[in-house]
Amino acid sequence: MAETPLSVSHQHGNAPDIPSVVEVLQDIAQQTVLKIQDYSKLSFRALTNLAGKPHYVQDTLDQMDDIGVGSLPIVLLSGFFIGAVMVLQTGAQFERFGQTSLTGDVVSLALVRELGPSITGLLVAGRCASGIASELGSMLVTEQVDAMRAMGTDPSRKLVTPRVLASLMTVPLLTTISVFVGLIGGMVASVFSLRLNAFTFWQRAIAILEFSDLMQGFSKSIVFGFILATVGCYQGLNVRGGTQGVGHATTQAVVVSSVLIIVADTFLTKIALFLAEKIF
Amino acid sequence: MDPFPNSSPTPLPSTSDATIQFSDVHIGFSDGNILRGVSFTAQPRETLVLLGETGTGKTLTLKMAAGLLSPDRGRVEVLGNRVSSMDEHDLLAFRRKVGFVFQEGALFDSLTVGENVAYRLNEDGLSEEEISPRVEEVLRFVELEHTMELLPSELSGGMRRRVSIARALVNRPPIVLYDSPTAGLDPITSQTIITLILRLRDVYGVTALLATHRLQDGFALANFRFDPKTRRVSRESASDRNPAGTRFLVLRDGRVYFEGSPEELLASKDSYLQRFLI
Repeated sequence: MAETPLSVSHQHGNAPDIPSVVEVLQDIAQQTVLKIQDYSKLSFRALTNLAGKPHYVQDTLDQMDDIGVGSLPIVLLSGFFIGAVMVLQTGAQFERFGQTSLTGDVVSLALVRELGPSITGLLVAGRCASGIASELGSMLVTEQVDAMRAMGTDPSRKLVTPRVLASLMTVPLLTTISVFVGLIGGMVASVFSLRLNAFTFWQRAIAILEFSDLMQGFSKSIVFGFILATVGCYQGLNVRGGTQGVGHATTQAVVVSSVLIIVADTFLTKIALFLAEKIF
Repeated sequence: MDPFPNSSPTPLPSTSDATIQFSDVHIGFSDGNILRGVSFTAQPRETLVLLGETGTGKTLTLKMAAGLLSPDRGRVEVLGNRVSSMDEHDLLAFRRKVGFVFQEGALFDSLTVGENVAYRLNEDGLSEEEISPRVEEVLRFVELEHTMELLPSELSGGMRRRVSIARALVNRPPIVLYDSPTAGLDPITSQTIITLILRLRDVYGVTALLATHRLQDGFALANFRFDPKTRRVSRESASDRNPAGTRFLVLRDGRVYFEGSPEELLASKDSYLQRFLI
């Protein structure tokens, strides 16, 4: 075959160095470790900032309003219908054994231990982690974060800590509301679908709960609140590439925080069950 | 119109130490070195005009002077502080002595103009009674007192730049850093911004670094002065020339390519510098 100019240039010279598979994997590993390190530093600083001044109380209240009050409608709606659908699903199974009265026990335990915290965490992550990432990302690309630093303000104190603190306080509250509304939804479904007595359902739902169940749900909601706020802040403050980068960070914030919440849920459940067995 | 009727020139902190000094400063990123051994000094009350093409490191120079970036190598000293080796906590306190005007204004888009200008004073914990008159004064200085309640999105590009200048000078910093303050503006608005910088220099006596790629901005600062008594801008004569004056610093390929007075720049036969003069 005759040598074409293309093949000549390919052979002699300016071909870019193609990295080996090992180099690519090494690079990916380095980048991942670097990201975990940066995320850990940001999360640590968000908490240690609470120890010193200044405290941005008004910013924290604004964020509580946005994360807490703003998320209330979706938490109420989803909580109610998750409770109802739990009753419909479990009730159908219990009917086979004539034990429909156990429905309240199962729904209550599932909501308090698992569904309340995780569904609330995922919903708030979808709504707020994305919002935090896009807001901070937009501030970053328009140099507002630099302007803040140029005026002597620490962005981690002004932007990160209020969001993390607000999330830590509001997600457990939202989870509590979600569980309560879920039990109401379950009660309504059991009355109309399983013909159970509302009082019996409620009494069994409350009686089955132990302190360890409440602690399990509560501790999960705190961790989930921390994850969604810190991931949102991290993604927002590490935007690269202008407005396109903001869009990417927003998506990443939802994806990463949701996955982390589910992963953390597994480990927290294992720890909580272990502690419940040993301590409570 | 009297732009600042209640404001007599406020005594500045002693300017004997109001200098900026870069010594053999290097900085680069993953795609290569941007600055490779930049050294210069800005004297008290002097305006140093940083000229250069896009990507020559003008903005980086300003950000290092404000401590927003640390050099990879070399020393940056501002107001007697070795900025290049300070930790972030000390830098936050230091930056309150430096005003920074960002290229696009970088106003907080969720705050009103008044809140933007008052931001620094609020951070310092001043009372509303102290903040209001100072915000009104600086907004009057930039002739935008009527925009106090507007959001930045409701302003034109030139007005946003003027609010940014007002925000930078609200606590009377001895040093102001301007990052391409006239970039993207029409000639008339650019002239308004340069006149403001002139007034800031001649009324408050600030030391300034001004990054630009527009030579006419530098010459306007060098050739005109603002008389606080008559409140008029006039061509500077040899007798009343600002003793600190205006100097030019041209950056090229990561180094200082030219440093000198406007006259020296005009007299230069260098072909690269000639391209700026055309």
